[in-house]
Amino acid sequence: MRFGIVVNEGPYTHQASDTAYHFTKAVLAGGHEVFRVFFYHDGVNNGTRYTVPPQDDRNLQKLWSELAEQHGIDLVVCIAAAQRRGILDESEAKRHGKSGDNIAPGFRISGLGQLIEAGIEADRLVVFGD
Amino acid sequence: MTTLHTINKSPFERSAMASCLNHALDGDSVLMIEDAVVGARKGTAIANDLREHQRTCAIYVLGPDLAARGLKPEDLIEGITVVDYAGFVDLAARNRRVCAWL
Amino acid sequence: MSEGNTKKFLYINRKAPHGSIYALESLEVVLIGAAFEQDVSLAFLDDGVFQIAAGQDTAGIGSKNFAKTYRALGDYEVRKLYVERESLAERGLSESDLMPITYEDEDDDYAEKPSIHLVDRAEMARIIRDSDVVLSF
Repeated sequence: MRFGIVVNEGPYTHQASDTAYHFTKAVLAGGHEVFRVFFYHDGVNNGTRYTVPPQDDRNLQKLWSELAEQHGIDLVVCIAAAQRRGILDESEAKRHGKSGDNIAPGFRISGLGQLIEAGIEADRLVVFGD
Repeated sequence: MTTLHTINKSPFERSAMASCLNHALDGDSVLMIEDAVVGARKGTAIANDLREHQRTCAIYVLGPDLAARGLKPEDLIEGITVVDYAGFVDLAARNRRVCAWL
Repeated sequence: MSEGNTKKFLYINRKAPHGSIYALESLEVVLIGAAFEQDVSLAFLDDGVFQIAAGQDTAGIGSKNFAKTYRALGDYEVRKLYVERESLAERGLSESDLMPITYEDEDDDYAEKPSIHLVDRAEMARIIRDSDVVLSF
């Protein structure tokens, strides 16, 4: 079965991203497919490589990036939500005259249409938020 | 075609669980995750209400969230099933849609 | 499920507007999603009913007043806004406290018709069960 996953909160303040991460791993372990993980609202904050959590804590951005690398999962950050919150890739940074980008490996910035597409293409869409 | 409802809020803090239970239909599954797991304990102010809903819905609780909050399976209202993340995935697959009560 | 590649999308709105961004960013998904020609319904329950309350004025809090955008939903072919009767009553509201939201029916000489449908809780539960994809905000 094909799953779409939506993450509506950033890391650390709420548990949503942790739960979504463990759920996504279980989807893969169960032999299912992950069509896409879509990050919306403050969920876009999962996609900055500038987070530096304490060493004895989990690094959610890294965990997501590793999952994307190992399983080829599509991690999409909503562009409108990302711009509001300062998550930029190289071309967005250039376009808005910002000095640098901060998008983490394995994440890409795209439009809300990617969320609708996940709803259409996936057999189940599961939302994690607050 | 049944629905898996997920709730992540303590019923003592927000109305998500009450709202979820009011919209769950016969045969639906309800899964308590994150802070919602505190609502699965027996002897709480909402325990009787949950037991009423167990007549029509199957109620589950996510084990890792239970353990994280110091709750044990023997603390739970009778009939509530503990599942792990794999069980969560199975529930999502078995039902036709997943409705999150945030 | 619906025919072909059309699915029934249900947007569930349970939070009041302005105190958090969920209402605004939910509306942004609805507007973008309209281009995908899916079967779209919006549900307003619990504090979500305040999202379509009449007379919203955000001048004093300095944030964007997106309330008028709901009135334009008809232009995006979004015509099914289900409002839970019990949620209104619990908050001391009635239908007259909501914005008039309408659409023009091209099959009926562009007659203006209401997009808001008041439903009771049991009907709202059936609307959830009738959907393919539930997006909660």
